[in-house]
Amino acid sequence: MLIKLTGGKVYDPANGVDGEVRDIFIENGRIVSPEPTAKVDHEYALHGRVIMAGGIDPHSHIGGGKMTIARMMLPEDHIGNEVARTELTRAGVGHAVPSTMTTGYRYAEMGYTAAFEPAMLPANARQAHMEMADTSIIDKGAFVMLGSDDFFLRQLAAKADFSAIKDYIAWTMHAAQAIAVKVVNPGGISAFKFNQRKLDLDEKHTYYGVTPRDIIVNLARGLNELGVVHPLHVHGCNLGVPGGYETTLATIKGAEGLPIHLTHIQFHSYGTEGDRKFSSAAAQIAEAVNANKNVSCDVGQVMFGQTCTASGDSMRQFVNTRSADPKKWVVMDIECDAGCGVVPFKYRDKSFVNALQWAIGLELFLLVNDPWRLFLTTDHPNGGPFTWYPHLIRLLMDKNFRRDMMQKINQDALQYSTLGSLDREYSLYEIAIMTRAGPAKSLGLVDRGHLGVGAWADITVYDDNPDREAMFTTPELLFKNGELIVRNGKIVKVVNGGTHVARPNYDPGIERSLKRYFEDFHTVRMDNFRLSDDEIINGGRGSLIIQPTRARAA
Amino acid sequence: MEPEKSSNGANHYQNVACPFCGILCDDLEIGPSGSGLKVLKNGCVKSVAGFERPLVEPKPQVDGKDVSLDEAIAEAARLIRESRLPAFGGLGTDVDGVRAVIALAEKGGGVVDHALSDAQYRNFRVLQSSGWVLTTLTEARNRADLFIIAGSDVHKLHPRFFERIVCNEASMFSDNPPKRTVVFLGEGLDQSAVTGKERIGEIVTLPVKSERIAEVLDAMRALNKGATIPGDDIGGLPRAAVDDLLARCKAASYGVVVWAPPSLGFPSADLTVQAISEFVKDINLTSRFAGLALGGNEGAVSAGAVCGWQSGFPLRVSFASGKPDYDAERYAISRLLYAKETDLLLWIASFSPDLTPPDTDVPMILLGTPSVKPARTPKVYIPVGTPGVDHAGVMVRVDNVVSLPLRKLRQSNLPSAASVLEKIEAAL
Ligand code: SF4
Ligand SMILES: [Zn+2]
Repeated sequence: MLIKLTGGKVYDPANGVDGEVRDIFIENGRIVSPEPTAKVDHEYALHGRVIMAGGIDPHSHIGGGKMTIARMMLPEDHIGNEVARTELTRAGVGHAVPSTMTTGYRYAEMGYTAAFEPAMLPANARQAHMEMADTSIIDKGAFVMLGSDDFFLRQLAAKADFSAIKDYIAWTMHAAQAIAVKVVNPGGISAFKFNQRKLDLDEKHTYYGVTPRDIIVNLARGLNELGVVHPLHVHGCNLGVPGGYETTLATIKGAEGLPIHLTHIQFHSYGTEGDRKFSSAAAQIAEAVNANKNVSCDVGQVMFGQTCTASGDSMRQFVNTRSADPKKWVVMDIECDAGCGVVPFKYRDKSFVNALQWAIGLELFLLVNDPWRLFLTTDHPNGGPFTWYPHLIRLLMDKNFRRDMMQKINQDALQYSTLGSLDREYSLYEIAIMTRAGPAKSLGLVDRGHLGVGAWADITVYDDNPDREAMFTTPELLFKNGELIVRNGKIVKVVNGGTHVARPNYDPGIERSLKRYFEDFHTVRMDNFRLSDDEIINGGRGSLIIQPTRARAA
Repeated sequence: MEPEKSSNGANHYQNVACPFCGILCDDLEIGPSGSGLKVLKNGCVKSVAGFERPLVEPKPQVDGKDVSLDEAIAEAARLIRESRLPAFGGLGTDVDGVRAVIALAEKGGGVVDHALSDAQYRNFRVLQSSGWVLTTLTEARNRADLFIIAGSDVHKLHPRFFERIVCNEASMFSDNPPKRTVVFLGEGLDQSAVTGKERIGEIVTLPVKSERIAEVLDAMRALNKGATIPGDDIGGLPRAAVDDLLARCKAASYGVVVWAPPSLGFPSADLTVQAISEFVKDINLTSRFAGLALGGNEGAVSAGAVCGWQSGFPLRVSFASGKPDYDAERYAISRLLYAKETDLLLWIASFSPDLTPPDTDVPMILLGTPSVKPARTPKVYIPVGTPGVDHAGVMVRVDNVVSLPLRKLRQSNLPSAASVLEKIEAAL
């Protein structure tokens, strides 16, 4: 069946198309360029509409044990936010930590076709994938967490051959069915188990004697040499610490030119100026990002209201439990592998600190020049639920709206930020980069995030409403692999998305030491630790999308 | 030990995960024996009983009479369609079974709850009111130098827990320190499995009534904060014993308090879990300590987890209105049955024969392993296979972190509960 989308304004940055009026043709799920004489089976007249590729969220906590802990811990998040089952869609709940199916529907209704779980623990990978399998419609993928797991730390401490370290990284990506690797508070999650309460970039882990810097450099270099497209995804040391920006700057320098992705940099851009010893260092961070082309980042914008923070960073989350709201929280040490901390939180617009966090995030958006290296996230649900994205887009595209919002927040906070002096307004083209083309390129998603011939037809059609929040809240149409899924913000068809993975090469010889390690120390055997392809495919409910890697260097 | 030659299509399997209790050991070796299976290595009483149960394949029944599977499914669908508020209970099944039963409950407008929820709620209530610091099996196994077993007959619930987690020979941080102290805080707890001089330094027995464990923990918490407590008796223990226990906790490099909610069978036992959890939180202000909750047999953990991620709530959810409606008291199936608020019970028990359905005059659809013997003849009976024996599957382990793949170990015509539930849903 040949489908024609006629007359829309196309924003397709991957192909340099900036609002040109173009027709798009879809056949067998992909964008095609048919013969002029080909018969069109279905035409959508989209004159005046805005067309983009489906949105891609490169950092959103949608699946895995800590999300289900959060869901179970917070019935108050769900009550009043229940969604009834329909003939097409399943029942569900939630605001900050929505249930799985509801998460998928909300992304689709917002014009998104993919989201990536950034903190999948190897030990919890099976459950993370089961939850993502139950996340309807959208494609997904996950970044597997390394850097506080004892196997890796033992390798580093023993000064293992670097190719063995690479083999282990690649093996873990296969075993956990991951597309990328994340490091969270490098070594710090493990150090916390030894009762260390902070671990600076050059501070030694008391047991292993290695530093976060060693860990970052080894993982970043390893991934680079393995040819994995997405660089090491770094949740740095000292999250949320006033003065933490210095660590962030040192981390950028410490990467020694290796590609790295700094995630939720908002939480890592705090200075210590002023009476309250808390100020914005967004300008310094943005300058460093602008100057270092090897660095990409996402913001982790804070939004006001109730949410729940959920992180692998047990060390920092244990400190944050003091601010838990409501007053309940979970911190876990996990499987000689990782940890987690789940702490509900309410960001208040009248709070000095929260208002400044909000301002710092916006400053970063407005001060980093290159949208190809900066992605739009709230670090769902840590800064706020992903359903805030349309509001956030309006804040970036509409300076008058931004000024109005600035009036409502704690005014002292604005004195410690440069936000008031920033006039930049994002264009639709830049938004399309930050929410589609950029993440697709960074994650190495072939044939996604763009609208050129050959791309999968993940397409969002918006009304060109000057109220950009309204525009991005309710797309008129959403196509997933060429099928119409959403019309006027309502789901008309439900499909199962696929799972993106990447599979760098490894020497299977690594399994000899892994097998022994699992048998000696673990409670799970290596063969059972590893997720098979069949588990993802699960009789056709799911599918694997294997993304290419570059050739492995040594 | 050499396995016998296969006589029934069964093979010799290694690294088999065991679904017969919540800790899901995955190191079993199982081979064929006669017409059945034999646990060759790393078994225990429960796993041997489970895996070696002979295969019988009775026919489905309606009102006690043999029928075809299709007829049984049609009758089950009819009963659900006509029910005002069907109750989907037992839930002794794997992840796919829970997925299928939630889908069916949504479509049929019913309530979901697990047979062992009363025990699980001793934990869930704490999670929902104050939270905790927890650890997992591998972490505890390698790291703990102090185990406190709080009022729980762990050995009975999990016959290999001590062998695998406490008395393990190899440990990653074994020189730091070399020996473990195991404290039994409770009366009549089976200590027989705590053996091995290399690993176990000292066993301390503190016989306190289960109902009074919270007093001991609360007192230690207060003492740790610098409070003074008068008297020489705390929770029925000599004052010195409590002081000594607190000193051990503070000196431990990584202490672990173990409890199993099914063992805490007294009113408001959630407050005991909370006392443990709050004590552990406080100790963590200066040193490291963690809780380790056990139990979760009969697929209870999988049921809570899947219901948690799909509906947002850990069981006791009603879909009668189309939306998930949560009430941890009202939607306890035992209460619905007692108060006659449900008119149909669908019961799933695919692991052990112990998960017998409640003796009720409410009509019942039973999806059970053939060894489950209900007190009354169900309206509809559909024999189902056991996940990890008759068909493959996945289950979530008791620490809610690890989940394990289960294998099909023998040829069996018994369908999975998931496949039966999906067919009933399709027939609704
Ligand atoms: S302890 Fe539990 S999981 Fe382990 S073998 Fe026995 S019944 Fe199975
Ligand atoms: Zn995150």
